[in-house]
Amino acid sequence: MTTLLMGAVAYDPKVVTIWGGFRSWLRARDFDFDFVLYSNYERQAEDLVEGRIHTAWNSPLAWLRTERLAKAAGRTVRPLVMRDTDRDLTSVVVVRTESAAEKVSDLKGATIGVGAVDSPQATLIPRSFLREAGLEPGNDLSVRRFDVGVGLHGDHIGGERDAARALLAGEVDAATMIDTNHLLFGREGTLPAGSTRVLAQTGKFDHCNMSVVDTAPDDLVKRFGELLLSMSYADAEVRPLLDLEGLKMWQEGRTTGYGLLETAVDEEGFYDERGTVTATEYSP
Amino acid sequence: MTNPAEPVVDLETLSFEQGAHLLVQQELLGLRPGQRLGVTGADPALVVHLEVWCRAHGHRVTPALDTDFGVRAWVERGRADLDRWAGAQRAGAPGVDGIVADPPSDWGLAARGALIEVGGPQTPFDITHRDLVWAEIAPALYANAASAQWDPNTAIDWSAPVDNAPEVERAVVQVMTYLIENEQAALVIPAKLLARVHPHFREVLQLLAVQAADEARHMEVFTRRALLTGHEMGTSAVSGRESLSTLLHEAEFSMASFLLSVLGEGSFLNLLEFLDKNAPDPVTRMVTRLARRDEARHVAFGVAHLRHQATLDPDVHRRMRMAVERRYDALVDTAGLNQDVFDSLVILAAGAWTPQAIAKGYEAVMRLQSEMDDGRQRRLVHLGFSGDEAADLSALHTKNFM
Repeated sequence: MTTLLMGAVAYDPKVVTIWGGFRSWLRARDFDFDFVLYSNYERQAEDLVEGRIHTAWNSPLAWLRTERLAKAAGRTVRPLVMRDTDRDLTSVVVVRTESAAEKVSDLKGATIGVGAVDSPQATLIPRSFLREAGLEPGNDLSVRRFDVGVGLHGDHIGGERDAARALLAGEVDAATMIDTNHLLFGREGTLPAGSTRVLAQTGKFDHCNMSVVDTAPDDLVKRFGELLLSMSYADAEVRPLLDLEGLKMWQEGRTTGYGLLETAVDEEGFYDERGTVTATEYSP
Repeated sequence: MTNPAEPVVDLETLSFEQGAHLLVQQELLGLRPGQRLGVTGADPALVVHLEVWCRAHGHRVTPALDTDFGVRAWVERGRADLDRWAGAQRAGAPGVDGIVADPPSDWGLAARGALIEVGGPQTPFDITHRDLVWAEIAPALYANAASAQWDPNTAIDWSAPVDNAPEVERAVVQVMTYLIENEQAALVIPAKLLARVHPHFREVLQLLAVQAADEARHMEVFTRRALLTGHEMGTSAVSGRESLSTLLHEAEFSMASFLLSVLGEGSFLNLLEFLDKNAPDPVTRMVTRLARRDEARHVAFGVAHLRHQATLDPDVHRRMRMAVERRYDALVDTAGLNQDVFDSLVILAAGAWTPQAIAKGYEAVMRLQSEMDDGRQRRLVHLGFSGDEAADLSALHTKNFM
């Protein structure tokens, strides 16, 4: 029996706890599983397509790159599973409560704070959203980027938090962030309750998925998916790990929630169609 | 269209940044998984934040239709909260009658009687059975101890006159130096045991904690008395420290309690009474008298615990005997009581610097040791030893008293 080898990006020390815990849980069920950690998503995506690992716990941006790299290499990849909390997320454009802006177009000429250059939720999707509303970032409004944890595809919350702080301090007129973080910042006091207003909300998009490459042994991948999907929140052994990873249950993977990001990637020229990194000012 | 059978909660102006989830959660508690709750309110971000909160808690949100009057979004109740508490059980009950004999390690630091979520880390407590630590008298002793705490600053009149002759004062300081050393052992031992006892046995932890606090006060008042007249501290002999060190290494709760509280502190009751009686000044008298009251409680718990043990485990007498013999063997080549301490006790009992007085003092210290022996034998008989065995074991007790 071969070991199923998964890649994960070490965006936080808890990644070791989570996947180390899942590894023990899976091994206790006679499933030979191991993982390797990457410092950034780009190398992980490349290694998955090249078959150095069988699966990768991918950010949505890494998923899109994986798809493109695979297509160029004559391989196929698919999302095996995703968290229940990866589905149907939104990002928001936030202004100070007293702002005169009533709609997105009122931000013309304003300065907007976004997250890291490679953050799907705080930079790429919101920039595309503004563009669709008729505001070309850089031309119709100034963009101030808060680059924290570049290469982690926005997994590091620091950029969004810095943008939120800049909004409160009056350094920017608006800020973009994932909906979850707007509530988090409100509850933790980074953005005191009532100090900001949601000016606009993007369409829904999906976040991470467990990407698998077609060179991975089918039986291993199938069993891996079955075991993940069987994890129950009622299981006291696995529940703390689910809590740490931020899900209540795994769900089947789907590709239907990545359209907004795909558009954004093309608009920005973040990756070309072969998956080459073409974004400027991006050094993971 | 809203269905009248489906409840709706109105958050009014309350936002999720201000605790709106509490009202939603409360309403969801009354629903079964799959049932719907309508949510309305005036916060502009309500729907955005409701979706975020529900996503994180395993509920699903669907937008309200234009025809759903009075509702901004629907929440379909999930089951994550039910799953989390599905196998939960109570950690016994809060009262003494709710103590579980063998509480699981992963109950850990949870309050007795709390609803325990299944799982969680194993804890480092290795004394986990009721019978290893319990005595029926523990709750009452704790209550008594808590009510009998005294403030070293005010319980003793530190301004009372102390004008002892220099050799008498030196004897007081020497005895105080010895007492501090012993009290430090008497603090460390219950503190070490305390950290090993499963917190489910709350009363035992409380009692040990107060015992440690008692010893902390004793250390303070004996130190203050020693330094009251500006003398240097007395001596600390290797033999005394060797004797105390054997107590520190006793791993078994009951045996540590036996050696320290029953035999050691039991002997100290006689010593402190002796010092109360022969104290050359009111401060010395008061500090030893107050300390003795506390020590009596420590002895009472030790004796009660060992009695409890003896009713459950016929082997406990053999283990007590072995503990005494082991300690005796470890100390057989040591000198016993620091000669400076012995001499100081003689001087205090003598009360004057004359041959007759010294003889009287020496006689009093001999009597003290005999009284200590009687007390130990009495307690050993109380624990179920025969008179002969009690006499043999008492004779093997350390010459260092504690």
